[in-house]
Amino acid sequence: MNLSSVHMTVARAMTECLKAEGIMDIFGYPGAAICPFYDELYRSDIRHILVRHEVNAGHAASGFARITGKPAVCVATSGPGALNLITAIATAYMDSVPMVIITGQVDSEQIGRDVFQEADITGSAEPFVKHSYLLKRPQDTADVFKKAFYIAGTGRRGPVLIDVPFDVQKAEIDFEYPETVDIRSYRPSTKGNGYQIKRAITALKEAEKPLICAGGGLFTGNGARLMREFAEKNDIPVVSTMMGLGAMPSDSPLYYGMIGMHGKKAANIAVNSCDTLFLLGARVGDRAMSAMENRKDFTVVHIDIDPAEIGKNIEANVPIVGDITLVLEQLLEQVDGFDEPLTHTEWRAELDKNRAETEPKPEADGYVNPKWFIQTLDKYLPERSVVVADVGQNQIWTAANISLKDGRFLTSGGMGTMGYSVPAAIGAKTADPSLEVVAVCGDGSFQMEMNEIATAIQHGINIKIIVIRNRFLGMVREVQEKAYDSRLIAVSLDGSPDFCKIAEAYGIPHMLADSEKTAVEGIEKMIKSDKPFLLEVAVPEHEKTIL
Amino acid sequence: MKHTISVLVENHAGVLARVAGLFARRGFNIDSLAVGVTDDENVSRITIVADGNKYTLEQIEKQLNKLIDVIKVKTLSPDSMVSRELILIKVSCTPKQRPEIISICELSRGKISDISTNSVTIEISDNAQNLNNFEELLRPYGIKEIVRTGTIALQKGEQAVSLKG
Repeated sequence: MNLSSVHMTVARAMTECLKAEGIMDIFGYPGAAICPFYDELYRSDIRHILVRHEVNAGHAASGFARITGKPAVCVATSGPGALNLITAIATAYMDSVPMVIITGQVDSEQIGRDVFQEADITGSAEPFVKHSYLLKRPQDTADVFKKAFYIAGTGRRGPVLIDVPFDVQKAEIDFEYPETVDIRSYRPSTKGNGYQIKRAITALKEAEKPLICAGGGLFTGNGARLMREFAEKNDIPVVSTMMGLGAMPSDSPLYYGMIGMHGKKAANIAVNSCDTLFLLGARVGDRAMSAMENRKDFTVVHIDIDPAEIGKNIEANVPIVGDITLVLEQLLEQVDGFDEPLTHTEWRAELDKNRAETEPKPEADGYVNPKWFIQTLDKYLPERSVVVADVGQNQIWTAANISLKDGRFLTSGGMGTMGYSVPAAIGAKTADPSLEVVAVCGDGSFQMEMNEIATAIQHGINIKIIVIRNRFLGMVREVQEKAYDSRLIAVSLDGSPDFCKIAEAYGIPHMLADSEKTAVEGIEKMIKSDKPFLLEVAVPEHEKTIL
Repeated sequence: MKHTISVLVENHAGVLARVAGLFARRGFNIDSLAVGVTDDENVSRITIVADGNKYTLEQIEKQLNKLIDVIKVKTLSPDSMVSRELILIKVSCTPKQRPEIISICELSRGKISDISTNSVTIEISDNAQNLNNFEELLRPYGIKEIVRTGTIALQKGEQAVSLKG
């Protein structure tokens, strides 16, 4: 026995592990199989935020982690509790969000016998986790937690699951949290290969029309700040994927907007006419790729922490595997040695011609134009705001019209999980209460998550909710209109409640915006509110995202 | 195209499921898979024969490397590896036919491992192609049952897929 170790139950050790990792807030939902751990939470000063459905514990942890950049924690019980987390785990996995998930499991001896609330959660979640542990040996607790946090929060970030059987939680161990961790089969790459860095610099110098495509990976470490520096020092225009929104402030003259199927014209033209593309922390998913199909005639410098992403969706001429912060530092070091700074005046002038956008048109009485609304919201939001968009038309309108001066844009980019925005906003606000956090959802997604208003109220988490209401599952309706000759099926949301009355029932302030005047009034009231606030925005029922 | 991939993994419960699951969900086709412990009891070696083009192979290697329990991945080049597979074949065989079958075995380096009135069980280890030929030679007698271990392989010469290298 180690002299510095302390005798305690595994359940107690689990709370000690969390504290050692600096975890002070966790999101969860209890149940019988995780009760020993909850009993220790009762004794600890870790704050437990009770969600109203387990999936939202996962989304809240995701929102939290995206603000802090460190692994956040969610908890559920065995069986259905754990299974309900899977969508959130998969959502975090697709967007590379660091997360540690703790689930209760039936007694070790009962595993495999289909007892009450038993589910093989490590097996079921396997395709969506970076790694998982079934904690079978009580004495492995400290080691497993240390490794789980290390794996989740390094390399390409991702969710790590720890499944803890009931009897293991109650077992007694001598506990000591390790200070260091070493996993021989996991050595996340750090610096970029020197030779490839040189090739990237050569490509940059030779480029007449260079372009940076900013991805979500830039939000790890100092990636976003260094990318701005790299772009500004070399006069390189910047476009963004949806996950990369906010990495470049949209009021920068170098910024041309989001690429892809729903992106800005200027950004898509830029991608299609550049001669050298720097992909920074972007995996270029299929929705983003649609902007640059059939392009083979340009040089691609792809920088990513995950070697499996390089060459997967787009061929890379210069592949650089490494931590985005370190690689950008390496590149900037070379740039600092340039005899004179690079300029691309002509190329930018060419791109500037495409900037003009059509102004959103005013709507008839009783409605607000969604694009105008987001642009107006943007003007009123404080600089340090987090906007969490849900999935559907609301996501496209928000992504395309929000400017993000010094804030963050969060959304379920890879998985497109409806019902993400409200719980993720709760997580983001918990991570940093000084931020203004606004969830923007549609009337479809809102009805998947409106139960979480209770969570916000119960724990005093002052989030703002905007429900863009058009009485349709608008995105699917658009697909049916376009590809199925307008045979609309299962897209009408008839039967929905009065959302303001829902807010009323929860006892939170609310307002209906059905004209430009009431929209502005609503935005002002919402931002001033020191309680959660619901703003329902009536938009024309047949408004489209693609014009 | 067939590729022989040698994978060193931590000898934990669930590792094989992770590797097999990865192949299934990424749509990689496995021809054979053989697993066993190495000289280090904490490490197992999985030998996989998979089908796919250059892009698929690259993705297989990269995705395998992402699994935390995978220590090392190496695709063995066909010209510089020794590969073997063990096969057990139970063939119908009357007492009269025995000499013929014994002579086929001798010529092919097979070995009779069990014998009964009307059948013999033969074991033979060779590369996959030779085993297929051997199987064809025995088919006319009536194959009752076959089991194959899947290919295992090592690099020729001094090179090794080991923890050190």
